Amino acid sequence: MLKNIDFMAGRKVAAILSGLFLSASIISLTFNQLNWGLDFTGGTLVEVSFEKTVSPERVRDVLNNDGFTGHVVQYFGSEKEILIRIPPQLESSEGRRAKLGDQVILGLRTVFGESVALRRSEFVGPAVGDELTNQGGIGLLTALGIVLLYVAFRFQLKFALAAVVALFHDVIITLGFFSLFQWDFDLTVLAALLAVIGYSLNDSIVVSDRIRENFRAIRKTKPISIINTSLNQTLGRTVVTSFTTLLVLFTLLILGGELILGFAIGLIIGVIVGTYSSIYVATNILLLLRLSQEDMLVPVKEGSDQIDQFDS
Amino acid sequence: MINRYPLWKKLIVCSVVFLGAIYAAPNLYPPDYAVQISSRDADGSVSDRALLAATDRLKLENMEFFGAENNGGSALIRVKNDEDQLKARDFIQFALLEFAEDYVVALNSAPNTPEWLSNLGAAPMKYGLDLRGGVHFLMEVDTPAVISERLKAMEQEVKQLFRDPENRVRYSSISISESTGLRITFDNQDTEVAARVLLREKFPSYTIKGIPGVTGIMVNVDAAQIREIEDFAVEQNVVAIRNRVNELGVAEPLVQRLGRNRIVVDLPGVQDTARAKNILGKVATLEFRMEASSEARSASTDNFNYEGFDSRLEKRVILRGDRVLDAQVGFDPETNQPQVNIRLDGGGGELMHRATRYNIGRRMGVVFIETKLKDRLVTDGGTERLVSEPYVTKRLISLATVQSALGVNFRITGLKAGEARELALLLRAGALAADMFIAEERTVGASLGEQNIELGAFSVMVGLGLVVLFMLLRYKAFGFAANLALGANLVLIVAVMSSLSATLTLPGIAGIVLTVGMAVDANVLIFSRIKEELANGLSPQQAIHAGFERAFVTILDANLTTLIVAIILYSIGTGPVKGFAVTLSIGILTSMFTAIMGTRFVINLMYGGKTVKRLAI
Repeated sequence: MLKNIDFMAGRKVAAILSGLFLSASIISLTFNQLNWGLDFTGGTLVEVSFEKTVSPERVRDVLNNDGFTGHVVQYFGSEKEILIRIPPQLESSEGRRAKLGDQVILGLRTVFGESVALRRSEFVGPAVGDELTNQGGIGLLTALGIVLLYVAFRFQLKFALAAVVALFHDVIITLGFFSLFQWDFDLTVLAALLAVIGYSLNDSIVVSDRIRENFRAIRKTKPISIINTSLNQTLGRTVVTSFTTLLVLFTLLILGGELILGFAIGLIIGVIVGTYSSIYVATNILLLLRLSQEDMLVPVKEGSDQIDQFDS
Repeated sequence: MINRYPLWKKLIVCSVVFLGAIYAAPNLYPPDYAVQISSRDADGSVSDRALLAATDRLKLENMEFFGAENNGGSALIRVKNDEDQLKARDFIQFALLEFAEDYVVALNSAPNTPEWLSNLGAAPMKYGLDLRGGVHFLMEVDTPAVISERLKAMEQEVKQLFRDPENRVRYSSISISESTGLRITFDNQDTEVAARVLLREKFPSYTIKGIPGVTGIMVNVDAAQIREIEDFAVEQNVVAIRNRVNELGVAEPLVQRLGRNRIVVDLPGVQDTARAKNILGKVATLEFRMEASSEARSASTDNFNYEGFDSRLEKRVILRGDRVLDAQVGFDPETNQPQVNIRLDGGGGELMHRATRYNIGRRMGVVFIETKLKDRLVTDGGTERLVSEPYVTKRLISLATVQSALGVNFRITGLKAGEARELALLLRAGALAADMFIAEERTVGASLGEQNIELGAFSVMVGLGLVVLFMLLRYKAFGFAANLALGANLVLIVAVMSSLSATLTLPGIAGIVLTVGMAVDANVLIFSRIKEELANGLSPQQAIHAGFERAFVTILDANLTTLIVAIILYSIGTGPVKGFAVTLSIGILTSMFTAIMGTRFVINLMYGGKTVKRLAI
């Protein structure tokens, strides 16, 4: 039943691959940055639907005539639905800024008739956006910090460091994709990112758990082959769980509608990268930290069944 | 090793799933579209006569409706669909215009939970605004401005105190410093000491500190007091918004303070955001005016009715409500009679002083001005249409004789206890409500809300279907057990959401879909462990036992850490993040129960207590 793949033979290649992806992500994040969504930048967003198909150019003309500047107009879902984004208008007062959405609707109705239906309108003030950015950052860091503590307490500091490095790896690469393709980074994507942390951690812990167990059970074998054995033993589970998770995520991506798109994409990338990192990144770090039998402080439990070694 | 489950564990699994099914059941009964009638007055009730008039009108218009019920506080009339709902609302509004009472007619949904379920306390899940449509506002109260006004008033008070001939403290300068207090300097040490003594006596709540190197002091309002001032300003606005939301005719509005200076306003079902904003922006105000002398020309006066008598006030306004900082009921320390203590801001104190110092003995009135909305029927081109128009009401709420030149602080005496309370309340309502602005607004149209529900429900179904199919193919009989657990998990999530009154949002549905995908993880861990143990040469029964036992710690660790992340998400998140975190956390907890205890139960039923040669895994 058990496969026997020498994962660790490819660990140098994996390290190079991770390094490449990480540096590409960091470079893109530095130069391209993220395409922050309305939740973070503030501004106004209006989604309207028309009875007949309408070209974005005509909507743009109407907005220009009404004196709006810097707006982005695009189809959203179908050619009858239009999404309009207006950046924060600095010169106007708080009160007027909040009324932009209403003015847009009013302007469109005068030109296209009363059948223009408001599907969604959002206004986010600049202060709220700033706070969210801070909160989001603090949230990510708190999550990572508490996870570090928990794993250090339940396992051992080396496992905790490995898990956290893997998390950083996953989060940065996922962010890198969003930066490189300039996808909208809104609150739902932030939620997805935090869920990626949860997922990737799940993976790392399952693998770590097995490594710890094998270190205690199998004596006098090199750490690298114990890790290999552990990876082989958990491989079936890793693949199946990733598969079922991706199954539902693709369902969301295809069926969930436009609003949930960013969320689904974020998680799909995160799950793929997370699966890879639980195999290669966390383990590589463990080897770098020279994980050894001495690190497993608890002795083997009396009467616990010995597990045979599958190393060839 | 026979893998029989003890009775108590069987009972736990059965009863939890049973209870879950009961508390999830109300969600199977979709609510009806309904029109709700309630009194504009918060404690008012709906008369049966009004309900009858409403239903009669619907009959007259040949509208289909069912289940008109009046529970005293409000009445519900159920209709067939959303189109009828809009029509019925207009007709009912027409019908109720004849009534003297002010009724609010709003769109609502009427629950269809069977009585035996609602007797058990079961109720359907609440839908968030992104699913039912509506407007969400996040209002921010401009508290720094309130504090700065308060400091200006404090500056005036201190100046007045120092200038008072009884005290005569010669200061060199007074200025507002660091937005928490006053900086006062003096020519010599003696005056400083005298000032300290005087301030400590008159304003015991201020803290006084010396300024190093300068003959002067810092007089500070302490942090707790600043907090109190902020709280007052925010609470005042919350009350004002609640009153105004009632005017809007919203079925289940939510007005809630958020953090230090924000207020959340959720108005489900509201589509006309411009109207909502207009109404939220309206404030009541006050005018302080002198009573007109008997020879004053009527062109320069307004007539009011005060306690049954006609009284004339000058048109000229001394000051308005925006100068009033606070009004509280107090007692005159000498006579022990109730009184209302009024506190103005600095500029207000000056205006009041100028207006009253040569008018001692005359009477001064306070006028309360409110903008309200009134629905009116207009006929244009043969069709009746309802328009709501704002109108202004003015009411004289106090008329009292000026006893001395007034300043920042003064009082209105000669009131009965009830009158004093009422007057203070009205004065506060018309007082400067701290400025508020919209920090965030989200509107979801009703059609998008419905679409979100459909897409969400469909995604859950398809996601669940795919995972169930996969598990059956991959793990056969064991997959079947896992699928039963997965189904139970979904029921439990819905049950917990329903009984906690948690709000389901679109990201929340995404969380449920994700949980469906991840919940099988625990089973996958157990099953692969069982396969491993079989490969290690354990007997089927031993393998099942070892698989469950060994995987348990791993599952616990993995889920606990994910739960920690979900809880952090919940505590820092707003809006969509919170909605996602709620279902994710609940899903993690319920899935641990169903995947470990539930699956074991089913597998023990299938294989336990007998000799098994092969496992279908």
